[in-house]
Amino acid sequence: MQLYLPIADIPVNIFLILAMGAAVGFVSGMFGIGGGFLMTPLLIFIGIAPAVAVASVASHIAASSFSGAISYWRRRAIDPALALVLLCGGTIGTALGVWTFTLLRSLGQLDLMIALSYVVLLTTVGGLMFWEGLRSMLRVRRGIAVSLRRSGSHGWIHGLPFKVRFKRSKIYLSVIPVIAVGLIIGFIGAIMGIGGGFILVPIMIYFLRVPTSTVIGTSMVLTLVTMVFATVLHAVTNHLVDAVLALILMTGGVTGAQFGARQGQKIRGEHLRLLLGLLILSVGIRFAYELVIRPEDLFTIREAGGAA
Amino acid sequence: MSGRFLKIAVGVIFAIGAAGVSSPAHAERLIVSVSNHRVTVTPNYSGEELVLFGSVEKDATTPATRNNYDLVVTVLGPRADMVTRRKERKFGIWINTDYREFLQVPTYLALFSNRPFDAIASPDVERRQQLGLNNVLLTQRVGTDYADVVPSDAFRSAFVRLREEHGLYREETSAVTFLTPTLFRTGIPLPAEVPIGTYTVEIKLFSDGALVTRTETAFDIVKVGFEQFVATTARQDGLVYGMVTALMALMAGWMASIVFRKD
Repeated sequence: MQLYLPIADIPVNIFLILAMGAAVGFVSGMFGIGGGFLMTPLLIFIGIAPAVAVASVASHIAASSFSGAISYWRRRAIDPALALVLLCGGTIGTALGVWTFTLLRSLGQLDLMIALSYVVLLTTVGGLMFWEGLRSMLRVRRGIAVSLRRSGSHGWIHGLPFKVRFKRSKIYLSVIPVIAVGLIIGFIGAIMGIGGGFILVPIMIYFLRVPTSTVIGTSMVLTLVTMVFATVLHAVTNHLVDAVLALILMTGGVTGAQFGARQGQKIRGEHLRLLLGLLILSVGIRFAYELVIRPEDLFTIREAGGAA
Repeated sequence: MSGRFLKIAVGVIFAIGAAGVSSPAHAERLIVSVSNHRVTVTPNYSGEELVLFGSVEKDATTPATRNNYDLVVTVLGPRADMVTRRKERKFGIWINTDYREFLQVPTYLALFSNRPFDAIASPDVERRQQLGLNNVLLTQRVGTDYADVVPSDAFRSAFVRLREEHGLYREETSAVTFLTPTLFRTGIPLPAEVPIGTYTVEIKLFSDGALVTRTETAFDIVKVGFEQFVATTARQDGLVYGMVTALMALMAGWMASIVFRKD
């Protein structure tokens, strides 16, 4: 069934979008991530303008992270104080991100920057995750126990001033790196159309030493607020949020996520990381390929102020 | 885009009220009408074809021997500024480098005639009367200058080619058919991506290589339905639209957490 997307300005098959939402939802539920880094590229690959894809996926991620955040809240797995400090940076980062997005768009370099950011971020993170997963898998095979959290080793981060005690996470930490992390995630999230959970969670575990009991729930709160904020800002400044597209994605996404979560519990942790790393890496490589091969048409037309 | 073209050919040909009347200095008058003056685009719109009907009315001063008429129909969609960019290979990747701005160019442009333009008129008349995509004025901003460039210009030809690929620019030199020596018709195909707004139709009558008379008519393309409501709101009330979308996202997430509640 064909449906005309009002903002993306193209007719699409409603079932294709629904299936894509469900597939990404499944994957995101399985790995416990938002799935923006998969959803945005898929939309771009089926021909939706990158700018519209980024802006619309923001609201899709807001929906999925809200349902996640609710269930983490019920389990008291969210650190409100930590979330609040992260959000101080997150909202500023999002505003900066949307501003940069608008600027790049007027320069005609937005699509390139989106693609480049995906290549850099996804190949790096995917490569690291894949490598990490591979190593820990080998270690498990050899029978060596590993703990992810090396307690006691205090890096330079813990020497910074303005320390605050985050009670629920049971950590004593400077607010500077927390705000900085929020800022970076908000910024790249607004430009790339991702929640950033797949970068945020490792950073919070490895650098901020946030315990695993609160890390996912707290990061979801940051994702939720920055993505809601990004949706509104993208709508106000660029008029690029396609609500119809977002609604279809949400419907597919939240359903798929439930089944994915059940599957995820059956797979071992290091296997999951290996798979996720591989997935992220392949999306990154796909973007790199698009940039390197000669495009079918060297010319593009854009209506000044139009969607594409 | 499935080629489901509806032909609503209701020839209200001699409806004098809708007739375009040319200046009395000429010996001929053109009377034209399009089959539909208001085209509504619904969400499942996949293209349509309007039909333009017309007749050449002679009067007493018309030379009796004159029968070899040529007709050129130009359909112009609403105008807009457009940017054409060219990719070049830099540092191993393809990036947008150069660009040209096309100022207030028609978003839809169709040129129809009964025979090739170069057979209708001399190159000089072709240029002056803007016959053919190569002769239509497409103003570019070149640095601080405003000008149209030669048809072979890379940006201009790419612009025209890309618009043609989407069915938004077209040139057909056999689309106008004379049913009798003075009665003519032509189809105006409107693809699914057709821009909304007011379209003007210019009809020019030539004889022996010279413009005899001309007339104009118009039609509107409007989009209706939920999608159009969404698009309009997004443009006009960005803040409200953004808030509603965000709220919709939160509702969806909340509902999912109720429906799939595990604990």
